[in-house]
Order: sequence, then structure tokens, then C-alpha cells
Amino acid sequence: MKHWAIWLPLALFGLLFAVFASGLIAPGDRTIASQMIGKPLPDFDLPQAVPDRPALAKADFTGGKPKLLNVFASWCVPCIAEAPVLAELAKAGVEIDGVAIRDRTADVQQFLARNGNPYTRIGRDDVSKIQFDLGSSGVPETFVINGKGIITYQHIGEIRADQVPMILQKLKEAQ
Amino acid sequence: MIAEIALAILWLAAALAVLQLGLGSYALTARGAEFLRAVRPIAVVQGLLVAVAFALLIVLFLRTDLSVKLVAANSHSLKPLIYKIAGAWGNHEGSMLLWVTVMGLAGGFVALLERRLNERTMVATLAGQAFVSLGFYAFMLFSSNPFERLNPAPVEGNGLNPLLQDPGLAFHPPTLYIGYVGLSIAFSFAVGALITRDVGPAFARAMRPWVMGAWIFLTLGITAGSWWAYYELGWGGWWFWDPVENASLMPWLAATALLHSVSVLATRNALKAWTVMLAVVAFSMSMVGTFLVRSGILTSVHAFAVDPERGSFILTLLAIYIGGALALFGLRASTVTEGAKFHLFSREGSLVMNNVLLVGILGIVLMGTLYPLVTEAFGTKVSVGPPYFNPVSAIFVFPMLVIMAAGPLMRWRQDNGRKLANLLAVPALVAAGTLALVVVFGGDIGVLPLLGLVFAAGLAVASVLPLWKRNLRRTPAHIWGMVIAHLGIAVALAGMASESAFNTEKLVASEIGQSHTVGPWTIELQGVRPIAGANWTALEARLVARYGDSNVQTVLNPQARMFASPPTATSEAALLTRWNGQLYAVLGEEGDDGRWQLRLWWKPFVPLIWYGGLLVGLGGVLSLVGRTARDLRRKGEPELEPASEPAAPKPAAGGQEALA
Repeated sequence: MKHWAIWLPLALFGLLFAVFASGLIAPGDRTIASQMIGKPLPDFDLPQAVPDRPALAKADFTGGKPKLLNVFASWCVPCIAEAPVLAELAKAGVEIDGVAIRDRTADVQQFLARNGNPYTRIGRDDVSKIQFDLGSSGVPETFVINGKGIITYQHIGEIRADQVPMILQKLKEAQ
Repeated sequence: MIAEIALAILWLAAALAVLQLGLGSYALTARGAEFLRAVRPIAVVQGLLVAVAFALLIVLFLRTDLSVKLVAANSHSLKPLIYKIAGAWGNHEGSMLLWVTVMGLAGGFVALLERRLNERTMVATLAGQAFVSLGFYAFMLFSSNPFERLNPAPVEGNGLNPLLQDPGLAFHPPTLYIGYVGLSIAFSFAVGALITRDVGPAFARAMRPWVMGAWIFLTLGITAGSWWAYYELGWGGWWFWDPVENASLMPWLAATALLHSVSVLATRNALKAWTVMLAVVAFSMSMVGTFLVRSGILTSVHAFAVDPERGSFILTLLAIYIGGALALFGLRASTVTEGAKFHLFSREGSLVMNNVLLVGILGIVLMGTLYPLVTEAFGTKVSVGPPYFNPVSAIFVFPMLVIMAAGPLMRWRQDNGRKLANLLAVPALVAAGTLALVVVFGGDIGVLPLLGLVFAAGLAVASVLPLWKRNLRRTPAHIWGMVIAHLGIAVALAGMASESAFNTEKLVASEIGQSHTVGPWTIELQGVRPIAGANWTALEARLVARYGDSNVQTVLNPQARMFASPPTATSEAALLTRWNGQLYAVLGEEGDDGRWQLRLWWKPFVPLIWYGGLLVGLGGVLSLVGRTARDLRRKGEPELEPASEPAAPKPAAGGQEALA
């Protein structure tokens, strides 16, 4: 056996150790980013979720003005925490459309009555079809859609109060 | 009191491990020779004590002593008895205790039974075993004490994860674990022999039964795990190339290579450094597997007991033991004398190639498993799955199957090609016949499944050829073992290939009373009703299946189970096994319109996968029993003669291929 080859296993192990240590020191990002960013919205035409808000379709996003598309559910606890922040955004003039995931009309109504209703339109996605098409892996998630119906930004998890300026900035960039 | 006594015993065992290491090391110096005799008894007592501590943990679980934190977190008074026992190791702390128990018992048994090895090497081995154990004792006693009390004690426990409440899984982890950790003794043997510069046939013969034993447990554990995933998870697959599955496969691949190279070393005094290397690699893979499962650095469906702090602890142990052993290897390998030479075209040559290919597959699996981790460091997220593992490992697997067919038919030292070609003509013809049959009748099934079926047929025939012209009653058990193990590989391969070639699947939303066809079966959903079990309730479907035009009806009852503590839903697939395959049915959710989701599969010949796995394990058992009996009969005699046919008497000319 060649002399240097004797040390090869130790060198390989050193490499392995480096990979493991880097994985421990900088744990990977476990969030699943959507592959749809930069692409047009998928086709959808959802039924109305509550009587006092119109239904939601892809065509509603091509009006020339950037909007937020918020994926939420009445059964989602972080969505309750997010509600006041969305209300603040709506007060600042942002148009927010909602998709209620795997939900019932009565439950959505109760949720909105309790936590406020920042939405312009709300569609109902009973089998998470649109959620999957958007590349969203959970609730709540919020997408910035520019005036041409193209997804420009995905926010995973609830929007926190201190993230409002960042979201406003993303909306401005989408113009 | 039991928990406190058990903890005290555990500390005592750890103290004995310190003594075993310290005294063992001192005994190896020039002045300490008189202590050589003391090390064996210490190892035996250490093994006994830690086994008692583990038994006491099981007692705590049996009594559901909720004042013990581990019991409260993982058990429940209403759990069936067998899962109360399984709860003892179905968690991080308990499994660490099982780890040191297996290590302690392995060391104790070696100290008690192994009499062929040079005493100095034996003491070095036992000291090495104690050194490795100590890391895990420290981990347990300082950061994951299984006997910690909870004050005040809760009224009821949390229960065991219901996915684990399955007879298959109650015994899959400890079986795999005995295999994983059993490899530690191979590691310690290697380290011991490096320290005393005593790598030779006696060392190989001493190590072989322990490697074989660990390997049998690994084989059976992997087979059981694959079976559990197949029917308990309800995904209809038997292997997913998930990081945790790979973590169990890698030690098996290394141990399989080790098993073959240790035979060469025992019989022909060749492959010395390589065998030592493999023994270190095999146990490294066990530790790497443990690290991957518990550190959570890879995304896995199996991620349990994930905790980065545990990850750093295991990584530190990995660096000390594996890094240390490999450094020792670097320092000492050049002093290991070159072994006997042989020609590449010989039994040894084929075993060398088998080793290289097995290590190749190991490398492929390791790279595929870690690749996502490496790319993530550079900011790209990828997942590696069957499109990589299947074709890339096939590059190594198919040549290996050819060698598996040919190797056992070859002579030691040197063989000639013509005789071998004559012998191999039969399996080659069978393989060609299978190829023709499948191409004509099988339709388009893809290259890999086709090759799998063809090679399986050829290998099945070739694997029994070593029995040709032998007196079957006088054939030694280890030859039978080899034949059966190789045949098992062929059988399992046939099952795998057939599953991916001929599998048919149907996902339907079915009304009550509706019929569906899948493969040759017609299945009617007759109803869904609630039922109650020991600690669960379930919705159970009644499916009536008919095969082809037959009027014989068989009832299948797939269930969707709900467990109360912890609240979890599991799916119990219903399986109907026929000689030519398995019907697999899973009950899904009820839709708004009153229709039920049903997943139906017809999987021709799929049970062969697990029958094959069992055959491989059985082969190992036969070989272990046969060799041990043989070793006991002729104690001390050298075994430097071929195990099967008489070898060509003249030494191989120009055999430069020998590996040191």
C-alpha cells in the first residue's frame, strides 16, 4: 500500500466531520420557498367564502395595482395573531385578498367577526388546490402580486408588526 | 427506590469501565503484565451491571412508575404490555442505555467466551470497548439520565407514539441496535490488534463470529423495518432512500464487506490492513447513522429525538473514536505485514472485487445522503431520491451480482477460466431465458426492473451451484449458510424488480357498494363501520375482493385508527397475500359527498423482498452456528486450508494483486 494512501481514510473522515459540523453550526433553513416566485399566478376561480365579500379569481389580480394575497384559515392560531397587522396594512391603503383554506363559511364569518376583516375579496379553497399551486406549504402565508398578476414575493408565517414597513417596501418594488 | 438503585448501578458500571480502560492500558505496558488477567472479569461484571440497570428500566416501564420522567413522557398505564416494554427503548435516553447495554454485554461475552486470541490483544480489545462505552456512559449520566425523577408525579403518562405501537416496530429498533452496536466489538478488535500489532488469521477467526452475529441482527432489523414501513405507513412502498433508512443500510454494506474480507484473512492470511480498515468503517457508519438520526441536520420522515445539543455530543464522540482509530490506523498500517499473495482470478480475487463494489455502493449511498447537506452550505436546497440512488447504485450492484454468482465457484489462490465458464453456463442460460420471457410477455417495464429480474434468475441458479456434486449431508453448515444467503439476495432482488415492474395502483373516491378493478382483482366497498381496540378507535372498511373470474370472495379490513394518547391517527393497511403477489388496501378520508378515499395496489411477488431478507439472515445463522461448532471441535488448529474444494497445490505465480 502506498504510504500516503494510509492517511486517506482519516482525510475523508475529516471531510465528513467538516460537513457534519457545518450542518450543526448553521442548521439549514427548513422553510419551503415557493417555486412560483417571478411567475404568473396559477389559474384559479374560487367560490365566495362569506356573503359580504366577493369571490376571488386570477383575473382580480391584473388590475395594474400590486396587492397582497393572504392564505389563511379560521382554524389557524397564528392567523389570529396576524389579524391586527393585516388590519394596519389595510388601513395604509393596501388591498388584501384572502384565500380561506379548508374552511366553512360559518367558521370564517365568526373568525372575521372576532378578529376584524381586512380583506377585499375572499375565496374558499376546500382541498388546498390553490394553496399547492401557489407553492405555499402552510398557513398563514402572504404573497405580493404585482399589477400584472405575477408573484413577486412570498412571506412564510404570520406578518409581524415590525415587518409592516418591509411588506410596504415589497409592494412598492412590485409597482 | 428502583430508579435510584438503577442509577447507582449505572454509575458503578461506568466506574468499572474506567477501571477496564485504565487497568487494560497499564497491563499492556512492560511493567503491568501481571494485571492482564484482571481485565476479563472486570469486563464481564461491567456487562452484567449495565444489563441489570437496563432490566430495571424495563421494570419501571412495566409498573408505569410515573414519578420517573422518562416513563411519564413515554408510557401510559393503559398501554398493552408489549408496548410498555418497548417504551423503555422507544426514546432517546432509553435507547442510549440500550446502547451501553449492548456494548457492555458484547464486551462481557467476548471476555467470557473468546479463548483463541493472544491475551494482550484481548486486553487491548476490551480496553478499546471500555473506551468507546465511556463516551456513551458520560453522555447518559451527565446529560440524558434515564432514571431522572419527576416531582410531583403526573396522574397519567403521555403514551408512546402510536406509529411505534406495532409488533414489528417494538422489535425492529432493538434488533437493528444490537447489530449497530454489536459492530463496536469489531471496531475494538481492530483497534486492539493495531495496538498490539497482531493482525493475522487468529485475530480474524476471533472477530468473525462477532461480526457475523452483528450482521445477522442488522439484516433482520433492516428487513423488519422495511416491512413495517410498507404496511404501517400505508404508502405502499418498501424503501424510500430516506436518510434514516440509508443510515441503517450503510453499516450493513460495510459489515457485509467486512464479513467477506475477514474470511479471506482467516483462511488465507491476506487483506490484513483492508480488514482492519473495514472494521473501523463499519462501526463509524453506525455512529454516523446515530448522529444523522439524532442531530436533525437532515430532513427525514423518521426524524425523532432530534436535538442539536445531542448532535454535537455524538459528533464529538465520533471525532474522538473514529478520528482516533483512523489516526492509529495511519500510524500502524505500515507495520502490518503484507499478507499472502494471490492471483486476481481466484476466490480471494472475487472477494476483493466484491469488497470494492460494496464499498462503492456505500460511497454512493453516503454521498447521496449527505449531498443535500453540502449544497445547503452553499445556499442551494436539493433533495436526493430514487432517480439518483437507483441507477447510480445499479452501476455497482449488477457487476457485484455477477461476482456473487462466480466467486463461490472459484478456487482459492488461482483458478482457470474454462472450468468456471462451464459451471456458469447454466445460470447464464437461465438468465437469457428469463430475458426472453420478460421481453416477450412482460411488456415495457424499464431497464432496471428488467435487469433485476434477469440477474435474479441467474444468481438464484448460480448460488446453489456450490452444492453441485457435493454430498449434501456432509456439506459443512457454513457452505449451506453462504448458499442460502446468496439465494436470499436473488429472491429479494426478484421481489424488488417485480414490484417496480408490475405494480398497479388505483386511487378512487368510492361510494358504498361500488366496485373497482386493480390488476387482476375486483374489489367492492361494502361498508365502513367504527370499531374499538385496546387503546384506539378506528373506522374499518369492509372490502370484498375477487381474483379474476373466480367466485371466491375474500374480505379485507383496512383501518384508519385514532389513538387517544397522544392523539394521533395511523393507517392500518389491509394485505391479502397470494402466492403470486399481494393486494394492498388503505382507507383514506371521507369526502363531503359521502364517498371514501381508497388506495388499492396489486403488487406481484412483493413478499419475496422480505422472504429474501429472512433467507439472508438464516444463511448468516447457519454459517455462524456451523463455524462456531467447527471452531470448538478443532480448538487451536490452524485453519489455513480452503473451506471448500482442494486448492491447486502450486502457489500462484506472479500474484502481485495481493493487498497488504
